[in-house]
Amino acid sequence: MIDKWGVSAEAAVADIGDGSVVMIGGFGTAGMPDQLIEALIAQGARDLTIINNNAGNGETGVAALIKAGRVKKIICSFPRQADSHHFDAAYRAGRIELELVPQGNLAARIQAAGAGLGAIFTPTGFGTLLAEGKETREIGGRQYVLEYPIHADFALIKAHRGDRWGNLVYRKTARNFGPIMAMAAKTTIAQVARIVPLGDLDPEAVVTPGIFVQRVVEAAPLPLHAVA
Amino acid sequence: MERLNRHQMAARVAKDIPEGAYVNLGIGLPTIVANYLPVDRDIFLQSENGLLGMGPAPAPGEEDWELINAGKQAVTLLTGGCYFDHADSFAMMRAGHIDICVLGAFQVSVHGDLANWHTGQPGAIPAVGGAMDLAIGAKQTFVMMELLTKQGESKLVEACHYPLTGLGCVSRVYTDIAVFAVGPSGAGVLEMVDGLTIEDLRKLTGVPLRESMAHLA
Repeated sequence: MIDKWGVSAEAAVADIGDGSVVMIGGFGTAGMPDQLIEALIAQGARDLTIINNNAGNGETGVAALIKAGRVKKIICSFPRQADSHHFDAAYRAGRIELELVPQGNLAARIQAAGAGLGAIFTPTGFGTLLAEGKETREIGGRQYVLEYPIHADFALIKAHRGDRWGNLVYRKTARNFGPIMAMAAKTTIAQVARIVPLGDLDPEAVVTPGIFVQRVVEAAPLPLHAVA
Repeated sequence: MERLNRHQMAARVAKDIPEGAYVNLGIGLPTIVANYLPVDRDIFLQSENGLLGMGPAPAPGEEDWELINAGKQAVTLLTGGCYFDHADSFAMMRAGHIDICVLGAFQVSVHGDLANWHTGQPGAIPAVGGAMDLAIGAKQTFVMMELLTKQGESKLVEACHYPLTGLGCVSRVYTDIAVFAVGPSGAGVLEMVDGLTIEDLRKLTGVPLRESMAHLA
């Protein structure tokens, strides 16, 4: 019987090795798989490359991973916030490398990886610092920049409900990067608030089909609060 | 000369947003525009983190931190609104499905170049978010900003010296002193506050300005 559930958060992240490339879902703390990140910190993997929209808020999640010194490089669109002090300190001390990507290009590059595309031409960033040195092309009278897919070894995402085949639905704006990160990683681990029996999720409303999800972990999320 | 305050600026921008428009309001000053949208028009507010039909802030104590806007503030969803992922959200922008975005700016050039993401100062940590996608993707990009810096320098310039967000993407600039059309043929003045002449405005900004006869939509 295929059962993608049945593992603890600790067991689900056990094979994330040093130097892994790990996508982490979330926009700020909405959609951030807090319990999986806690387990990853406890597991001890180092020199990680993290892909996330932000670079941590406050003391938990991605911020805690950075604080613990586990992140070698972060690929994100919006690292600097009022409560991104752990990233700020690591960046200013030269302990973390930053690849800044416009948010839509970040999404498109992740999507390209998940869709098996070799590269994309995007209009975003043309003529700016963030496209410096990159190949450009005029197509149909508009200027585009060549950008490559972002693949990952693992994606850690948070969903609302999942079943033992790995089908997922999300909740409100906590969906954000979850569906595309699930498609772009070799191994996707979803933290869900509740596992439901097969058939409970309306097939018309499944957002992430189980083919994109390898492990489902049931974990009550930590309470969320305002972020800066 | 009586300058517009932030709320009057927001109300002025709101007046130009038509019935049925799909609109993205940038974080900061443009967010206030939502408070002045005419209630008799169906206007669809999009938020980059995956919602369409964004409503006002919830009552204190009613916040759901999985229902937030681009500024990570708690919001609500209007009846008929919906959620989607980041790929769909940025497809809405990049392919021109969004009719209007309203952004803040450090500088705008008379040709519509925008600088609003990075001061380029040594030691500054850059953060771009969705600004570049919005600026070049929406059918029309409006900028809402005070015309002058605290030091009295014009933020409407011949050429931006801050790092660019997008080239030739802005069509309209709403300020506390005047409303400008910008684009390939340079800047024109659409409106200005009482007690000011176009010559005064040319002196304040230091850029060539046409008296534009264009009518606002």
